[in-house]
Order: sequence, then C-alpha cells, then structure tokens
Amino acid sequence: MTYALKLTDLSKTFPVGRRLFGKPKASVKAVQPLSLTVAKGETLGIVGESGCGKSTLARMLVGLLEPTTGEIEIDGEALDNADPAAFGKRIQYVFQDPISSLNPRRTIRQIMESPLIHLHGMDKAARDKRIKEIFDSVNLRHEFLDRYPHEFSGGQAQRIGIARALAAEAKTLILDEPVSALDVSVQAQVLNLLADLKTELDLTYLFISHDLAVVEAVSDRIAVLYFGSVVEVGPAEEVFANPRHPYTRLLAESAPVVGRALSAPEAKESELPDPLNPPSGCAFAARCPNAQAKCREMAPELTDHGAAQVACFFPVGAD
Amino acid sequence: MTGYILKRLLSAIPVLFGITVIVFLIMALIPGDPATAILGSYATPENVEKLNRDLGLDKPLVTQYVIWLGNMLTGDFGTSFALNRPVLDEVLERFNATLVLAGTAFVLCSVLGIAAGVISASRQYGFADKAITFSVLIGISIPSFFLGMMMILVFSVNLRWFPVSGMWPIYGDRDLPALISHLTMPALALAVVATGVVARLSRSAMLEVLRQDFIRTARAKGVHERRVIWRHALKVAMVSIIPVLGIQAGFVLSGAVYIEMVFQWPGVGRMLVDAILKRDILLVQGGVVFVAACYVFFNIVVDVLQSLLDPRIKT
Amino acid sequence: MSAFLKLLARNRLALAGGVVLSVVVLLAIITPLLPLADPNVTNTAARFTKPFSEGALLGTDHLGRDLLSRLMWGTRLSLAVGFAAAVVAATLGAAIGIIAGYYGGRTDNLIMRGVDLLMAFPYILLALAIVAALGPGLFNALIAVAAVNVPFFARNIRGITVGIAHKEFVDAAKLAGLTHRQIILKEILPNVVPVIVIAMSTTIGWMILETAGLSFLGLGSQPPQADLGSMLGEARSAMIANPHTSVVPGVMILIIVMSINLLGDGVRDALDPRLKSGALSRPMAATRVERSGDIPETEGKGLLELQNLQTQFHVGNRIYKAVGGVSLNVEKGECLGIIGESGSGKSVTALSVMGLVASPPGVITGGAVRYEGEDLVGAPYGRLRDMRGRNVAYIFQDPLATLHPLYRVGDQLIEAIRAHRPISEAEGRTKAIELLKSVRIPNPEKRVSDYPHEMSGGMRQRVGIAMALANDPDVIIADEPTTALDVTVQAQILSLLDELRRSRGLAIVFITHDFGVVAQLCDRVAVMYGGRIVEEGPTTDILDRPAHPYTARLMACVPELGGGKRRLEAIPGLPPAVDRLPQGCAFAARCDRVQESCQAADVPLGGEGLHAVRCLFPFTSPQEAAE
Repeated sequence: MTYALKLTDLSKTFPVGRRLFGKPKASVKAVQPLSLTVAKGETLGIVGESGCGKSTLARMLVGLLEPTTGEIEIDGEALDNADPAAFGKRIQYVFQDPISSLNPRRTIRQIMESPLIHLHGMDKAARDKRIKEIFDSVNLRHEFLDRYPHEFSGGQAQRIGIARALAAEAKTLILDEPVSALDVSVQAQVLNLLADLKTELDLTYLFISHDLAVVEAVSDRIAVLYFGSVVEVGPAEEVFANPRHPYTRLLAESAPVVGRALSAPEAKESELPDPLNPPSGCAFAARCPNAQAKCREMAPELTDHGAAQVACFFPVGAD
Repeated sequence: MTGYILKRLLSAIPVLFGITVIVFLIMALIPGDPATAILGSYATPENVEKLNRDLGLDKPLVTQYVIWLGNMLTGDFGTSFALNRPVLDEVLERFNATLVLAGTAFVLCSVLGIAAGVISASRQYGFADKAITFSVLIGISIPSFFLGMMMILVFSVNLRWFPVSGMWPIYGDRDLPALISHLTMPALALAVVATGVVARLSRSAMLEVLRQDFIRTARAKGVHERRVIWRHALKVAMVSIIPVLGIQAGFVLSGAVYIEMVFQWPGVGRMLVDAILKRDILLVQGGVVFVAACYVFFNIVVDVLQSLLDPRIKT
Repeated sequence: MSAFLKLLARNRLALAGGVVLSVVVLLAIITPLLPLADPNVTNTAARFTKPFSEGALLGTDHLGRDLLSRLMWGTRLSLAVGFAAAVVAATLGAAIGIIAGYYGGRTDNLIMRGVDLLMAFPYILLALAIVAALGPGLFNALIAVAAVNVPFFARNIRGITVGIAHKEFVDAAKLAGLTHRQIILKEILPNVVPVIVIAMSTTIGWMILETAGLSFLGLGSQPPQADLGSMLGEARSAMIANPHTSVVPGVMILIIVMSINLLGDGVRDALDPRLKSGALSRPMAATRVERSGDIPETEGKGLLELQNLQTQFHVGNRIYKAVGGVSLNVEKGECLGIIGESGSGKSVTALSVMGLVASPPGVITGGAVRYEGEDLVGAPYGRLRDMRGRNVAYIFQDPLATLHPLYRVGDQLIEAIRAHRPISEAEGRTKAIELLKSVRIPNPEKRVSDYPHEMSGGMRQRVGIAMALANDPDVIIADEPTTALDVTVQAQILSLLDELRRSRGLAIVFITHDFGVVAQLCDRVAVMYGGRIVEEGPTTDILDRPAHPYTARLMACVPELGGGKRRLEAIPGLPPAVDRLPQGCAFAARCDRVQESCQAADVPLGGEGLHAVRCLFPFTSPQEAAE
C-alpha cells in the first residue's frame, strides 16, 4: 500500500552555540527518530505541548528543514533533498499565524499566483481561471484578490492561506495550528471548511495542535508527542477516551471539561526535561506515577496495544 | 564574570589584527611612493631609492606588513619624518589631550542625553518634550565646527568668559581651573551632537519600554510612577542605550578632530590631519592603529557593563 | 503612495522642512542660470565687503570673491556630494545587509565580522585613512564618507532582514517554488525598502555634515572650488574680524541639515506602521477619565461593583467603544468569570477597575467602579496607586512579558510589598520566600534569586500569582492567566487559584474565553459581546440553560474533549467592530432568531432572578437552545 506520507526514522538535531568554523558546542535533539504513516484521505492529528517538536516535525515534512536522519516518502516517492519547491507540488503547509504568513506588500492575487507560476508554469488566463475556482471552493469573494493582507480579519486571512496551499495542487496538507490564532466562533468556520475541502478534493491532512478537543474533533488517528518522540498513536475516538500512555492520560485529565470537577492531576510541580541534557530512558519517567527503574534506564519503543501503539513499558490499564 | 571578560579580551585579538591589516592595506593604496612624498619632487632618484630601502618599501607587501606589525608589537611605531620624533611618543602625548576633551564630552552627552530622553518620553507631547525635541533637532543639525566657531565669537571674543583656544594658558600655571576654563567650550561644542543622538534614542527606547506589559505589572502592584519610570523602564531602556553609547564614543572621538582644529586643542585628531596634509604616513598609520585599539578596548568595557545589566546575556 | 504623502503633509514640521529643502534644492539646481558673479574671480581690492553692500548682497570673502555666488555654488556641491554619498552607502549597505540577513549561517557570520571590524574604528579614523591614501579631494572625501557609513546601513538592514526572513510568508514563498533570488527580490526587498528609505532620510543630513567636515579640515574640496565646509574652513582664520564669512556658509549648512532632518523624521513617522497607528504613545500612570452624565449612586452590591462602566479608545477621529456600559459585582470569596471573544471588551473592563487601560488611547467615559462603595473612577492618582496591589491585585496573561526581565523574582516580590509598607531587606526576603512557598514553587529559597527567564512558563505564572498575593488583597483580577500555558500546567494553576480563594476568602474576577475553565472555577459568569454583557448568571444555570442565542451558539461551536470526530456548529460572520456598532443588538447580524425589533432599538438587560439576558427573544428551555 502506498501511503500519502511515510516517515522512517526521521529526526532533527539542532546545533547549539555555533562557531565560525568547526563543530558546534552542543546539540539539541528536537525530534527523536520517529516513524509514522498517514494513509491517503486520512487526517492524522498530532498533539503535544510547547517544545515537544511538533513544529520542527512539520517543517521537515515540507522541506523547510533538512532532517538529520531518516526518510520522507510522499505518495510512495522518497523526497529527502530538503528542496521546498520539490515538496511544494505534493505537500503544502497552512501556517499558524494567518496574517504573518501573507506578505504585507503583495496583493492577494500576487500571493495566489506565486505557486501557479513557479510550480506549474501556468499562463495568465489559466491562472485567473484556477484562482477563481479555488476562491469559490473556500468561499472567498473574487474582489478580495486585489486587496492587501492587512485588510482581512484572521479568519479570512486563514482562508486565503488555505487557498494558497490548495493552489499548488498538493494532495497532502500540513495544518500547523491552523485555528489557534482565531477566535472560537471563527475557529469552527475554518475547521468546517477544512472538512468540506477534504471530502471535495480528496485531501490528506496532518493536523497539528495543542488543543486536544480540536484535534479529537477533526482527526481519524492521533499521535501524541512528548519531548520529540511519539509516545502514543491510535484511533481518535480512543486516544483520549481510553489513554494508554501515562502522559496521554495526564493530558486528557488536565483538559478543562464542563461538568468535571477542578483537579490538578499532577500533584508534583514538574518541568520538562532539559533538552541540552536529556535523561536516559523514558523522557516522561521523572513525571510518571508508574515509573520504575527500567524506565530510567532504557527508552521504550512503540509497541501495539490493541488498536493503538504505545511507547511505554507499563501502559495504563495493561495489568 | 572574569571568564566573560577574558573571553571578550581574547575576542579582541582578531579585531585588533584586522584593524592593522585594514590600515596597512589602505596605506598601501597610496599612489606613487612615500619616499617621493617625503623627500619632495626635487629629490634625486638615488636618494628616493635609498629611503625606500631604509623604509623597507622595496620588499613584498606581506613582508612589509609582518615587519611593521612586529615592530609595533615591540612598541616601535616608527619615526615621524615631519616631526623627527618617535610616532608612539607623539601619539601618546596627543592622545592624552584628546582623552581629556573627548572623555568630558562623552560623560556630558551620556548624562544629559539620557536625562533629556527620559524626561522627554515621560512627558510625551508635553511642553518639556517639545522643547527637548526641538533643541535636540538643532543639536544634531548644526556642524560642531561651526558651533565651536560661533561659541568662540560669542563667549571668548565678545563676552571674554573663556579663552579662545588651546588647552593651557601660554603663561601661567597648568592647574585644574586653567584646564577647566580652556576645556568648557570645546567639550560642550563636542557634546552637543552626541547629546542629541543619545537623547533621541533614549526617548524612543523609553517609549518602547513604557508600553510593555511589565510596566503595567509594576503599576498594578502600586509602584510609584517615578520609580516605574526611573527604575523599571530606564533599566530596560539602558539595554538598548548602552550599545549606542559605545557607538557614540566613536562619534565623540571623531568629532574631536573638528573641535581640536577649531579650538587649537593639541589632540591626536589635529595631529592626524596635519600628518595627512604633510603625507607623514607612519604617523597616520600609528595614530589610527593606536586610537582604534583604544576604542576596541572601550567597547569591551561597554559589553561588560551590558552583561552586568542584562542577566539574559550569557556570560 | 498618496496615503504616504498625505501623512507626511499632515506633519507640519516635516512639511516645513520639505518646503525649505525644496527651495534650497531648486535654487541649487538653477544656480548656473542665475545672474550671479563668477564664484572664483578674486578681487583683493574688495576683500571682506560687509553683507548688504552694493553688488555683493552677502559681502565678499578674504579674496574678494562674491559670497552669495560662492554660497550657491557651494550649496550645490555639498548637496550633490552628501546625497551621492548617502545613495552609495545605502545601496551597498543594504545589499550586504540583505544577503547576510537572508542567508544567515556562515555567510552572515563572515560578513558581519567584517562589518564589525569596520565599526571597530571611530568612523573618522577610517575616513581620514582613506583620504590619506587617496589624497585630499572632494571625490575622495565622498568615497570616504560613503565607505564609513556602509557598515551602519549593513548592520541595520541585516537586522530587519533577519526578522523578515523568519516570517512565515517567506516559508510560504519557498513552498510556492520561488528561488532564493526571487524571494529576495519579490518577498524581502519590498518589505525592506521602507526601512532603507527611513535610514537614508535620517542619515543624509549626517552625510552632508561629514563631507562638509572633511572639507573644513582641508581634506575635501580643494581651492578654488569650494563647498560649504571648505568655505567655513577658509573663513576660520578671519572669523574674529569678519564673522560674516563664517556665518554665511555655517547657517546654510544648519538650514539644509535641519530641513533634511525634519523631513526625514516625517518620512520615518509616515512609513513606520507602529507610529501610524499611534502605538508608540506612552501609556500614562492612570487611565484618562472624561465622564459625562451622572455618576451612578452606589447600590451596595458586593465588594467590588462596576456600574454602567464605559471605556473607549480614541484613535484619530475614530471612537472604539470597547466597554459600552458594563455593570458587574463580586462578593468576598466569590469567583466571577467573564467570558468573551477577543474584542468583546472583557480585558478592558478588567483593566478599567484600577485605571490600567493604556491611555492614550483609552478613556473612561462613564459609569463608576466602586470598592466598598468608594468610586475609583476619577480618584486621584495617589489614591489609585495606594489601592493597586493592596486592595485589588492583578494577574496577567503572558508571565514572561509581565515580569520585569532584569530584576530577580524575589526583588520583584519585595518591591510589591514595599510599594505599600516599609519592610527591611531581610524581612522582605523571608516574606518573598513564604509567598513562593504559598504558590507551591519547589525550592523557594533558591528560586527567589532567579531571573524570570530562568524559569518555565508555569513557574513564572506562579510568581505572578505570588506577587498578586503579596499584600493580601481582597480582590484578584486574573486576565486570561492560563491562556499562554500548556494544558497540564494550566490545570495546576487553576487548582492553585481555586484553593487560594477558598483558603483566603479572595474575590476573583477571572477573564477567559474557555467555557471549560469557567465551568470548573467560577460561581457566576458574565458573557460579553461587542463591549456589553449579553448574559449573566450562576455558572451552572448558564451552561445548562443558556438564554442568549450567542451564548448557546458559542458553546456549541467549541469542541469539547470526548465528543469524537464531528462537524461543529459554526457561527457565521464576524464579531462587530466596536467603532461601528450596529443599532440594537450587536449579535443580530449573526443570529438566526433575529427579528426586526432586534435592530430597532437598544436591547436592555432583562431576565428573571439571578439570570440576566440581553435579548428580546431568549431561549426559554434547554431543548430549544440545543437545536
């Protein structure tokens, strides 16, 4: 089976303390080697808190960052040269901040034309036709095309960002926190639009967010990231309803839910591990109520637990 | 802290090295040969050739540089042919005078400029702000040499408050009151432009800081407004003001050249201009390298101050 | 472009500078056509003629040359050289800066080390060295002045470029298949050009001064040709006897440079978007109050009582009614939630209480804020300052931005106490450690001397809470205190706040956009929309039986954990802009129950018992609301 997206042992290490020549002083592993697949037509949700590596992962997937190790396969073809132009036709990106993702000095038409000219070499007539089609499908009025980005609200600007991603005719979209900068009443509009486009155009989504409820509402499967590694991946309806990794459980219990009493699920005041000095073994061990000596010695691998895969020696509810 | 200072000192070595290379290369651009310049156009070819050999100018460029650098490292900056005196002695003596003038002006411009900027920002659009902004505008628009000339005309010639020129009285004691009376006008004239620049920058830095969230926090705690401005806001504004003070020190040193001309101040700037007009190459080279080196060390001091102020700078 | 010119013209000083400069430039351009004497013809018999003499309007110089003529030709030369130097320096510097800033990494490193090296010279040394090498002359002075200014431009433009190169639209352009060259030309350059123009317009005056300076030293223009600087230089020796020969060129330089600076500042102000929006105004110590109408009498409801509070933002001639008449009250030990989207006025309401709304542009225009019956709106600054932190304390959203970056957290805590009562250093430290302990910061003895940047987001917010507790206030206003935090940290902070309020009997006003948080923490909740309260009542009541269509639809469009994959009930349209609020109900345009009467007149806050609602056709049953 060819996947829309297949990642094998993808990892990213950033040098810290660059020198003019020679090796950097230290390095930070933003993404530990991870493997994931996304089937065609699927929405894979990726959740994690700040600093878990989700944005680094996303930027590697579109060629904006070169992976340190590993391979990216899109529609069965390997792409590992970190050339955004080569990636652009197959996979596109919708940015978190809709306003800063549009160049303030260019009109919406110029912004929309860029991928059509540079990726597809279309002539003027073809471009106009295509832009109108896309604008119709994202419910934007054609007269917006001659305006500048600052004239739009966040929700409209995000629609334009989505339209630009669609213009490249890529079948896979990376949605990096696409609604977190928007007001709640506008969030739903954009999420629904994304859902409609997916069915209409047969798209595959990788939906990255810190908002558990939003991810759950849009995804088929969800991967939970902690400290640069996938700790759990499984069907959307199960991951938070029936968490197996202690971290997933902590996330699910921390989310404020109407009708649930206020509690701090984590009694200890804990912090993320120091990325410059990562712990050996499981990164979550220091915060984990079930941690045992083994957890601090070696890092668990993702293994099957029912419909889900979990990277934990002592998953929740397994005993 | 000591480690940081050491690190900054070490990092000055390549900069100093670069400075000597740049100065050397610029001087190597001089068309014709210096010997002709020194001896004048009536010199015999034999004399020119001999002098060239004496100065080492017949050797390849790299060799010349290495010799020059080696000599400088041992404290031998060569001999000024026009003054017939070791370059280093002349430069040191002159630099002292410049240091007195530029140092005073620098202190004046830092204190006055920051105070004016803070007052201006804390009374934005008020009378004080407008008055300061206007004075600053004139300050940064007037050529310092013209200002100096006008000051001489008004305060020395007409009002006879201060002596016209020089650093010391020709007859009389070389004591502090004498120095101050000679120093007042040139230091003020020199400080005016720099004060304007510092005031402008301090004002905009303060305005930037005063809008920030932590200022609102300080007010929400009930901290007195005076303290909010002179402690909370100014401390953060200083983070962007201090590097500019470092740059301003360079501008004050530069402006000193004009002021020394106007007030006949026996400083290094006037020495350099005279040396250029007389094509006294070794004196120009030595003077430029020496002053630039001092400026590099001054900037290290600025950096260290900055790191003391801002704990976010890794030391 | 026309907008830019309009802005520029509105600035009267800039306009004046522009007019003066235009006249000077025009005169300089037509100088060859004017009936002037030859600037270089000497006439020693007529040396030092005074100004306003026959045949020599501005007099003559030491060689008897006509000063007016020399002034005009000198101006021409000075302007040309200064302008040329600025263009050369800006072009070269910008090119270097853009390349270094865009490519980053090693390219950047190497280029910037070179730039730093050039900046390690006091600039005149470099200029003098260049002139020494090339020989005195106006063209060489131009080269020297341009060369020493290149590093300044390069450094400035590089900084701007780095900022732009990390913007998301550059990533988007890469993904649209643009090459590096195309990105620099099409995406980066248009954004950098305004900065280049600003930098040029603010330094061109400086360049003219510098070239004049070199000429003054005799290193620039050589006799008999003269620019303004060398005119001054030549006049210097005769300054005492014949000051007019110095004053004439000197004043001309002053006029030129001053008009350029005025115009340059105008250009900068017109091009800088932050200045355009008035965002660079400094907020005053307390919000401006301009109350019109009657001040409402106290109704004695609650510890803190807001009565018909109105706060506006006056920007240019626009009026944003951020808070349009809000009445609220909170009792000791009670937690009141204020929920709303951005622009609903919830934060402005909270900040108005202690006069912390940034002013300009904020103005409190009506109503009252009463603490134990005392009206705080319009209270003298001293009274307000005394109550801030002592009676009413705040916790803000982003803990990194709200703590002072250069003070240790302990000192910030001590300061909060000292603002209200004298306390010794040692006592303050003990108290600070105690406070940190009370917000459950581990290892408080050590943490007390940390700087904010050394702490994690959650720890910083705990410090923020500790600071609010420092003087045992009765009311804490928390403005989205957990929005910037991760969900696991948010849970900890919320439960801490809940515990503190119960143990200390605090009244909390909690501002948020999250129904889940409100449900867990608050006793009562007020829903805001378009600057007004649209619904208010006990939390469970509102969550179970929302009466206002906005409340009901807002709850429906937010996904809740545990709901599974589903389609959300979006609210069409956008919230209204508060500078153009419609007549009647602000939600009418987005409401599916709207009737004509909704938009006819102001809708009052009605409802029964504790549950108030601002709607003519509210839901009466939960079933109705759920549909």
